[in-house]
Amino acid sequence: MSKPWRHGIRAGVAALGLLAGVAVAGYWVPLVKDNLHDPESPAIGVLQEPAEALSKLPPDPAGNQVDWIKAIEDGVIQPRTGLHSREPMRIRDDFILLENTGEMPMVRFPHRSHTLWLDCKNCHEKYFVSRAGANPINMYKILQGEYCGRCHGAVAFPLTECKRCHSVPRKKD
Amino acid sequence: MGRWSGIALAGLLLAGSAGAEYGDVVLNRRAESEGMPPVIFPHWFHRIRFRCKVCHLELGFEMRAGSNDVTMQDIIDGKFCGACHNDEIAWGTENCDLCHSGRPGLETGIRGGHATKGPGVW
Repeated sequence: MSKPWRHGIRAGVAALGLLAGVAVAGYWVPLVKDNLHDPESPAIGVLQEPAEALSKLPPDPAGNQVDWIKAIEDGVIQPRTGLHSREPMRIRDDFILLENTGEMPMVRFPHRSHTLWLDCKNCHEKYFVSRAGANPINMYKILQGEYCGRCHGAVAFPLTECKRCHSVPRKKD
Repeated sequence: MGRWSGIALAGLLLAGSAGAEYGDVVLNRRAESEGMPPVIFPHWFHRIRFRCKVCHLELGFEMRAGSNDVTMQDIIDGKFCGACHNDEIAWGTENCDLCHSGRPGLETGIRGGHATKGPGVW
């Protein structure tokens, strides 16, 4: 039963299975195989394929596998700021420290990366009151799609990326 | 199940989870009941070309899949998708198949979530 060579073969098969999975998951699925587009649709072959566009952008291990902030900051993409106007974005460079995070490291919210994409009015006062400490944010609400969860977990990096937000260790007494 | 087969299975599950691109939205609140295939909206394609604020402020799209009651008449009148899809900025509404390209029976909502499968209400 426990012949050493059998372990070797099994380990080999396991490694291949794991590698195959990681390799496929790391790439962008063609539209025809995405379980959303109808493979018979005339749009297949006309619509741009995710791999064609996204493989050229700065990489990231989550979401679309694209670092969308770096893509703008490095000028790899220049998405329009208005339908017709070219007015600059209202960029804000400060950070907000959210200290009430239980056992997790504190959250350092960077206004800059958010205002590269969004206008102040997208979040304020609709989803976030413009006063530090005035927003009763918690992970349960975020997982339900409120507050940060409006975007994170849907179009911005997912909620499995804990440390990207919870990045400031608490000082030990 | 042995240790090795468990690792292999984990790898294959990872492969099997691949599908919709992160942020893809299915719009089927009206489409199929009115005789057209569901619409697949790819966030990734649009955000390469437009900041979030253009659609989610200027065009008035709520940031919640399923909460935008968009009719084809709205689009033809230049609202919502029709602000760009007018043969000037992007293809016009005569190209039905390019947006209405979804499989039959898809439910409205946002897809392509990571391991959490996205927030519960989506």
